[in-house]
Amino acid sequence: MTQERMESGEIDLNRFNQVFFEECGEHLAEMEQILLSLSDGKPDEEQLNAVFRAAHSIKGGAGIFGFQDMTVVTHIMESLLDRVRNHEIPFTTAMIDLFLEAGDVIAMQLAGHRDGAEVRQEAVDQISSKLRQYIDEKTAVIGTDVTESDVTPAANATAELQSGCRLFEMEFTPDPDIFKRGVRLEQLFLELESLGELTINAEMSPIPDFSMFDPEICATSWHFTLKTTANEEDIREIFEFVADEDQLNIRVIPDQQGSDHHGDSARTVALSVTQAPPVQTAALPPSGNASGMSPGRRAADKNETAPGAFGRRGSEADSSIRVGVTKVDQLINQVGELVITQAMLAQAAAGVDPVQYENLHRGLLQLERNTRDLQQSVMSIRLVPISVVFNRFPRMVRDLSAKLGKQVELKTIGDSTELDKGLIEKISDPLTHLVRNCLDHALELPDVRIAAGKEAVGTITLRASQMGGRIVIDVLDDGAGLNRGRILGKAVERGLLVSDTMTDDEVWQLIFAPGFSTADAVTDISGRGVGMDVVLRNVNSMGGRVQIASESGKGTRVTISLPLTLAILEGISVSVGEEKFIFPLSSIVESIQPKPESLKTVNGRQVVHVRGEYIAVLPLYGMFNLQTAITEPDRGILVLVEVEEERAAILVDTLLDELQVVIKSLEENYRKVEGTSGATILGDGKVALILDVAALIDLGKKWSGKEAARQIE
Amino acid sequence: MQEEQGSLQQQTGTGGGEYLTFTLGSEEYGMDILKVQEIRGYDAVTHIANSPDFLKGVINLRGVIVPIVDMRIKFKLGQADYNEFTVVIIMNVVGRVVGMVVDSVSDVTTLAPEQIKPTPEFGSALDTKYITGLGTVNDQMLILVDIEQLMSSPEMQLMDMPA
Repeated sequence: MTQERMESGEIDLNRFNQVFFEECGEHLAEMEQILLSLSDGKPDEEQLNAVFRAAHSIKGGAGIFGFQDMTVVTHIMESLLDRVRNHEIPFTTAMIDLFLEAGDVIAMQLAGHRDGAEVRQEAVDQISSKLRQYIDEKTAVIGTDVTESDVTPAANATAELQSGCRLFEMEFTPDPDIFKRGVRLEQLFLELESLGELTINAEMSPIPDFSMFDPEICATSWHFTLKTTANEEDIREIFEFVADEDQLNIRVIPDQQGSDHHGDSARTVALSVTQAPPVQTAALPPSGNASGMSPGRRAADKNETAPGAFGRRGSEADSSIRVGVTKVDQLINQVGELVITQAMLAQAAAGVDPVQYENLHRGLLQLERNTRDLQQSVMSIRLVPISVVFNRFPRMVRDLSAKLGKQVELKTIGDSTELDKGLIEKISDPLTHLVRNCLDHALELPDVRIAAGKEAVGTITLRASQMGGRIVIDVLDDGAGLNRGRILGKAVERGLLVSDTMTDDEVWQLIFAPGFSTADAVTDISGRGVGMDVVLRNVNSMGGRVQIASESGKGTRVTISLPLTLAILEGISVSVGEEKFIFPLSSIVESIQPKPESLKTVNGRQVVHVRGEYIAVLPLYGMFNLQTAITEPDRGILVLVEVEEERAAILVDTLLDELQVVIKSLEENYRKVEGTSGATILGDGKVALILDVAALIDLGKKWSGKEAARQIE
Repeated sequence: MQEEQGSLQQQTGTGGGEYLTFTLGSEEYGMDILKVQEIRGYDAVTHIANSPDFLKGVINLRGVIVPIVDMRIKFKLGQADYNEFTVVIIMNVVGRVVGMVVDSVSDVTTLAPEQIKPTPEFGSALDTKYITGLGTVNDQMLILVDIEQLMSSPEMQLMDMPA
């Protein structure tokens, strides 16, 4: 019983962990993005600082949440970055690769903690030693070539080189509230001792009279001397979450007597700090001898190290807030309800005399406008720029093209196009497949390209744009294009039904068949034939469509078109008998009242002749087994729909209204219903099914086949 | 928590507790009260195309779309009339909201474990695997249904079954 209570009394760190995972992911992404943008140019101070900050934040967070393994790599990385930014080590392009690799390792560790994914320890060790090697080598090189560095004092570097051991002198003046924050100083001292020979002297003089003494306030300061092989960074590490920059003073005591005097003066200053207001302390010029600590580092750290030592260090005053998706969805649902209520009111007021109740009507109009605006604003909360997805590709293209020996340039257009968050998450995998395909199959090797009269550097373009109610994403390459003959050959091999007379479009559709691959060899990048069918399936599941256009030798374009959002739909309501249905506006071409002479039958199936085209008539009442008085096309309305180049004329009784509907899931409490994509609630509070036109056409084909067979009988 | 209780009852078959009793035709049934969300009158439903006849359709329950099943049709018990006495029990089963049409709701009864007897074969129109036992209250027999098992069973066709 007691045990149970104790367990429940423990703080559940998991929910905080989630925040850390998210933030860590963001920091990693940011770091990668900056590193990639550094590719060839010289990094400016700001960029290096940003990378440093990201690494530092990850380390800090990992430390707090107890993911010690993650702090190891980040720490070394941070050390190296620090030296680069202090011009102790020149920045090289090789470092970008190294940092990217380190980022991957950290991401791997993150995945290990978050999803229980496998962490390869050897990779961690490998990158750690690589990074460390950099620090050691370069420091040594520069240490001997003193003129190259104006920041590192020569004395310091030589002291480091001569013997492994250095003598550090430290002043630590904690803030008076340190005990209240629950910091255990004895732990700190033990940690310091583990680094080498430690002497501790407590400075008790600031302790007030016994009458004034408050045991909860720390008035003591300490003076340490530490002989160690560790560097200053390691020492600062120990103080990381205990002391702010101005509370800790570290000096290397060089062999020469010369600068010792300087150290003495610094100590007196530090001692007087206890009484002086902190502002003055900050204003003190940094001790020139504090090895390798440029003002830049101090300034940058100031931002990150907010006073509350265990608080989160938010460096940039971000003007955004983090809100759970469930909260946003709840808001969207509630606004959806409001829209329905508004529609109900409007319907109820339609019968009221507009002259007598002018005010009521005006108010209702206002309400309609307001709800619509509100709905739009709320919907936009969920929208995220597609750059979130696009930003993943530069890295992938860079790595894969190097691996494949291809030269590839990646262009992105329309990065700021906004898309529903739910779609963003789902579109990332299909796009990754497509870009991989471009890299592996479509784009040729440089010599092949030159031989074909093209530039050696191939181009992959990712283009996003909004077209009406849909978002269109193109993946273009200027590679070899699809090979019609080879696709047909493979299709025959796999026993698919093909003929030489198929149009190009039909041939391209074949590559969406499961397991289809024309690649001669399976590489670890692609070619296993799992890909295009997955792309198609994923995109379809989002209510999207995939199209391919290709020209031999010129390139290929894969177009994905997606609905703007998953939650709202522009539609037209129709009725069949007692029931109402919603057609998505985007799939409707037109609606007609056919003349009897334009209706024909082909093989027992009805078609309608519209502007020179024969289109199959699919009666909704028949497909859905509904009771209605209108069974002849010339008495009802034909809704001409088009999806994926396929057309059909769907027979309904009447068209009712054009409206915006909130999509509700049928699967939440029920299951998927064939021919529909969901349901919505109409103004009268009744449920109406939303038709999925593509599925409806498929259903119609089955139905008319059966129907024709029945008629023949 | 609720689910645990349900499965416990199902295992022992004699778990006591509070039951909502309702009638289907001439038979009296009982279901775990904790599964009941609310009870409401029968309202017009939206029919679902190509669905089994006992699935009356879906309704809008304050913005949530809820399927409604009529157990009288499913188990061929009595006449499926819809009048002002027809009642829909809205319940929460396996994380879903489902409505069930019954002839009437009678009472909430507490049954002690010893009041519950095992089911003989051919107990009722319901498959015995969905019946946790038979209760006796004032000389009346109560058929105790494991509503969770029943509603999530493939024969109800209420959920997408993994192919």
